[in-house]
Amino acid sequence: MAQHKVNYTQDGGLPVALTSIDKVVNWGRSNSLWALTYGLACCGIEMMAAGASRYDFDRYGTIFRASPRQSDLMIVAGTLTKKHAEFIKRLYDQMTEPRWVISMGSCANTGGMFNTYATVQGVDRIIPVDLYLPGCAPRPETLQYGVMLLQKKIRANKAGNAQKPKRLM
Amino acid sequence: MRAYKPKDDLQAKAYYTDRYYVAPQVPKSAVEDDEIFAADLEAIKAKFEVKEAYIQVEQMVIYINAHDIYGVLELMRDELEYTQLSEMSAIDWLAKDDTFEIFYQMLSMTKRKRIRVKYFIKNGQAVDSVEKLFRSADWSEREMFDMFGIEANGHPFMKRILMPYDWQGYPLRKSYPLQGDEFAAWYEVDKIYGKEARDIIGPEIRDTATVDRYDSERFARLGFEVPKGTKITGNEERNPQEYQEEGGVFLIKKYTKESSKVIDDPQR
Repeated sequence: MAQHKVNYTQDGGLPVALTSIDKVVNWGRSNSLWALTYGLACCGIEMMAAGASRYDFDRYGTIFRASPRQSDLMIVAGTLTKKHAEFIKRLYDQMTEPRWVISMGSCANTGGMFNTYATVQGVDRIIPVDLYLPGCAPRPETLQYGVMLLQKKIRANKAGNAQKPKRLM
Repeated sequence: MRAYKPKDDLQAKAYYTDRYYVAPQVPKSAVEDDEIFAADLEAIKAKFEVKEAYIQVEQMVIYINAHDIYGVLELMRDELEYTQLSEMSAIDWLAKDDTFEIFYQMLSMTKRKRIRVKYFIKNGQAVDSVEKLFRSADWSEREMFDMFGIEANGHPFMKRILMPYDWQGYPLRKSYPLQGDEFAAWYEVDKIYGKEARDIIGPEIRDTATVDRYDSERFARLGFEVPKGTKITGNEERNPQEYQEEGGVFLIKKYTKESSKVIDDPQR
């Protein structure tokens, strides 16, 4: 995990008085979280299970898209290798704002068990992360709960035109 | 306790030599014990110099000269029916005598036999490509180049196969540190954001026992979350996890545990 001290929770957890416009916009955003199909390793299997009929992400309006330009949620499910790091940055940049990132599983959070030369030690070294899911791999229920927490976070934010920059650089 | 040795020159020379258990060798037997292998060895010996040959775990191992490899494999493929090159790679003996040992694992489906052809090359020396004989050698030789830095003369596309093209260092050499050298540690930061971003992002945390005092802020104990800045004493009140805010959510049906249905038949 990167050492830069980004306070990812700032403003997110605080009660904010919302106008009705905010409510409508946040309702739309939080209930149509289209996720980028981003299965990098075995967590991707759990992500697929969460999208399939038993757990059924469609109920939350979370539909997996094959293009970053159509999606606003990136679920980094799996080990991020150093060779792939530039591509995750490029795909993240191609997503339209507002956009959110869920780091799913130990490997995406911290590099996990792959304490080696070829693995990025935490996806937050490359892109800002909104939610970290622990587990190796997390159960589909964990991802479901994570998406619900993210919906809560989106609803707690003001729906201004510009998303606050989450990145220090 | 192992004696302390300075490890400043990790890249320059191997430091591992006394660290690992060296397994005893499986017993070897003479080639004459197996008549198929003996005939194969005679056929190879008639044209090429064979330095050493023995049978180990029902496979014949022969050592040849490095410049004979193309001819030996061609002979084995066309006349001795060893039609498959199932594996090839190198073994790092740089610490011992600055050499690499190259091996080619050959399989004959008709004879149901395997022969391992081996030779030594000096560090920095290139090998002859056998890609024209066996297509499987294409990627194997690229991987050997990627991991050990051994080039294959006559290969059509001598580039790295697993690591990025701009990678420095050869990861399977025993002198390569498992957690990467300086270049590897900053590879993704340097490439995406540039060297000036190193200070902002910070070094990789490789110590799995690292305790970061901010972790209690970033990773709250589930069910016991407190507002930011609160001092955590350990006697926090339970904060039941809610899927929705109090007072309900705009346009969304209120979730209640009572009204939800629990599916207890896993085979439904």
